[in-house]
Amino acid sequence: MTSATDAMRTRTRLFMLGAFVIAGIAFAVIAGSGINKNLVYYWTPSDLLANGDKAYGASIRLGGMVAKGSIKKLGGSAVAFDVKDGKNVVHVKTSTVPPQMFRENIGVVVEGTMVRGGYFQSSRLMVSHNNEYKPPAKGHPVDRKELERMMKSVEQGQS
Amino acid sequence: MIASLGRLLILGSLLAATAGSLLGFAAGRTRSVDGLKWARRFAYLYCALIMLATVVMVVALLRHDFSVSYVAHVGSRSVPTWVTVVSLWSSLEGSILFWGFVLGGYIAIATFLTRGRYPEYQPDAIGVWLGCAAFFSFLIAGPANPFHTIPNPPLDGPGPNPLLQNHLLMAVHPPFLYLGYVGMTIPFGFACAALLKGRLGHSVLKPLRESLMLPWIFQSIAIMLGGWWAYEVLGWGGYWAWDPVENASLLPWLTATAALHSIMVVERKGILKGWTVTLIQATFLLVILGTFMTRSGVFNSVHSFTQSAIGPTILAFLGFALLFSIALLAFRIDKLETEGRIEGAASREAMFLVNNLLFVLLTFTVLIGTVFPLIVEAVKGKQMSVGRPYFDSMVVPIGAVLLFVLGIGPALPWGRATGEQIRKSLLPPLIGAVVLAALGYVVGVRNPWTLVTLAFGGYAAQVTLKEMFVPMRQRMRRGEPAGLAFVDGQLRRGRRRFASYIVHASAVVAIIAIAVSSSMRQTTELHFAKGQTQQASGYDITLTGIKEVQEPHRSSIISTFVIARNGKPVATLEPNMNQYQMMREPIGSPDVYTTLGGDLYISLSNVDLLNQTASIAVFASPLVVWIWISVIAMGLGALFGLIPSRRAVVSESTETLPEAAAETA
Repeated sequence: MTSATDAMRTRTRLFMLGAFVIAGIAFAVIAGSGINKNLVYYWTPSDLLANGDKAYGASIRLGGMVAKGSIKKLGGSAVAFDVKDGKNVVHVKTSTVPPQMFRENIGVVVEGTMVRGGYFQSSRLMVSHNNEYKPPAKGHPVDRKELERMMKSVEQGQS
Repeated sequence: MIASLGRLLILGSLLAATAGSLLGFAAGRTRSVDGLKWARRFAYLYCALIMLATVVMVVALLRHDFSVSYVAHVGSRSVPTWVTVVSLWSSLEGSILFWGFVLGGYIAIATFLTRGRYPEYQPDAIGVWLGCAAFFSFLIAGPANPFHTIPNPPLDGPGPNPLLQNHLLMAVHPPFLYLGYVGMTIPFGFACAALLKGRLGHSVLKPLRESLMLPWIFQSIAIMLGGWWAYEVLGWGGYWAWDPVENASLLPWLTATAALHSIMVVERKGILKGWTVTLIQATFLLVILGTFMTRSGVFNSVHSFTQSAIGPTILAFLGFALLFSIALLAFRIDKLETEGRIEGAASREAMFLVNNLLFVLLTFTVLIGTVFPLIVEAVKGKQMSVGRPYFDSMVVPIGAVLLFVLGIGPALPWGRATGEQIRKSLLPPLIGAVVLAALGYVVGVRNPWTLVTLAFGGYAAQVTLKEMFVPMRQRMRRGEPAGLAFVDGQLRRGRRRFASYIVHASAVVAIIAIAVSSSMRQTTELHFAKGQTQQASGYDITLTGIKEVQEPHRSSIISTFVIARNGKPVATLEPNMNQYQMMREPIGSPDVYTTLGGDLYISLSNVDLLNQTASIAVFASPLVVWIWISVIAMGLGALFGLIPSRRAVVSESTETLPEAAAETA
């Protein structure tokens, strides 16, 4: 093997390596911006208020308890209610049919975003499926850990 | 009593696996024939012990022996027998025992089939297999022990997770998943053995390919069954949500698919050896990562997964396996000498390379989207997830290009091709592309990506169907009668080739069905009173009644809808709400009217037994059933290709036609 072909081979290798690096960076940039644009935040009412303006238009999964006496039918299948976490309350409107177990004092997760009208517009309402066998904790102060766990476990298909 | 027996068997399996693994590696160094013989014996012993332990657990479950901790955890006297058997893998500890059971089966069969045939690779392969086995036995013996003795056993248990009891598919999906997941250990062992020896010879490619193909088949079916189950049970009208659990099953499948393709380039050209070995190792690592993600509860909370020792133990094993693989690759990959090179951009092997890069790109896309929230939570303590649009917007274009390569790859010849050859093979399938896209447009497809998918699908379908029967046509041109030419060219000599085109054809159907069903789903929300009729997606839907049915382990509220099309009743759907004894919340169960053209799917969101009213979501998705059909066809096709061929016995030189060599491709 001559040194000329050796040099050529090295050049091809370098070229290939360079192409891979560039492609890798391009991929990372595309994927990174894709992720950045499509983050879904898991927030409690307190988190949501703490994030202020960032909440408008962001994809949010809001978890908390349905406040007592706050459920109002809005006509059609639409419902309005308040979600609280012990400290703060967020007003929620949803257009989807609430699931079977929806009632006061139950853990819910609503998916949607804050709108300028000052309420949370939800496109999806989920009741926490707690698979542990225990009686519902009535009037219990809401535990943050429990809320976070709930927001994740209501994911479809999670067992 | 029965619990102690189980523990004893597990400890025995741990010892057998450890001893066999060490002996295997030692025999790999010393080339001791006796050492290898003993390593094999320990492999069989491990298999026997772990399987016995599993049988002991099944007996304990069937006898409702609540003194065994796992039975007390998932057993219940009120569930049907099939649910009791299925509860073996319905919860964490049992599923890892089941993992050991499947691994035992795989190792025993692989050891038996390769005995005395690959003396160079077998000792190290057994060492790696039994090393993995030892880890899982350790997991079962320690952190995930299902055989604890409960001193004061309860009279009854809670039963397995109701979501798992809700459908029979859940009895089938996990075994397939485990057969897929666990089976990836075998090719991993061969790949590590090749690196340890510094040689990936032609002889070992066959066991490598076949031991990868079999779990790949199971994994394909398992992913499909998981989607089917989600569709039939979860009630949101779709089958795939880019949930971490789903992604965990998809990731190793992607790299395994890439490896199955690159092995063919190794066979044919003697290149991409190191790359293939890397893909196989990545597949195994992704299996362990997937096990960690799904079994450790890390997705419920990054910070609480350490509450049980199982998560950290699997993570430690993942870290060890990763370091082991990287070290092997770093020190040995240069030894796997390359025998040829890629001769041109427009060649079959170049397309294989593109295919591989696309699969790796898909793997990274899904991996990053899945793992990113975990990293953010671990570092910043903030909780979030990556939304569906990320996955869709990334995977759809890559998938479309992949479908395009699936079309042009097989149309191109191996090696260097002339411009004339390229034109002759690449231009005619454009007809298929135009026809299918136009057909889609006529029936109402407007989504641009779906139209692109149809065009690429039509192109690929035409190439695949043409290539599929090349051997038969050649024989017929030589004057053989059609029947004989089919049997000889397709079923016997060209079996592997025929099988791979069946898989390709099925993949084309699957991709089209996924694109069409997901982009053209119609959703309608309706509220019904008894006797009322409403329209949705061209069907008349009437609520005829709502009743309650009591069963020992659950009570169901069943609503009955009569579905009519053009005034004629075509089906009765009974979506229901099930209230399980041991659960607070009821679980809805949708019902589906399936036709080859599309599904009508009704899910109850709210039902009132007293007033006889129900709110439902109606989903109409075209072509869904073709996803299930095509993946099953894909699995059967690949299985057909695995049937041992007798052509190895027949002398290669009797085939003089140049195209005949292509039959192995």
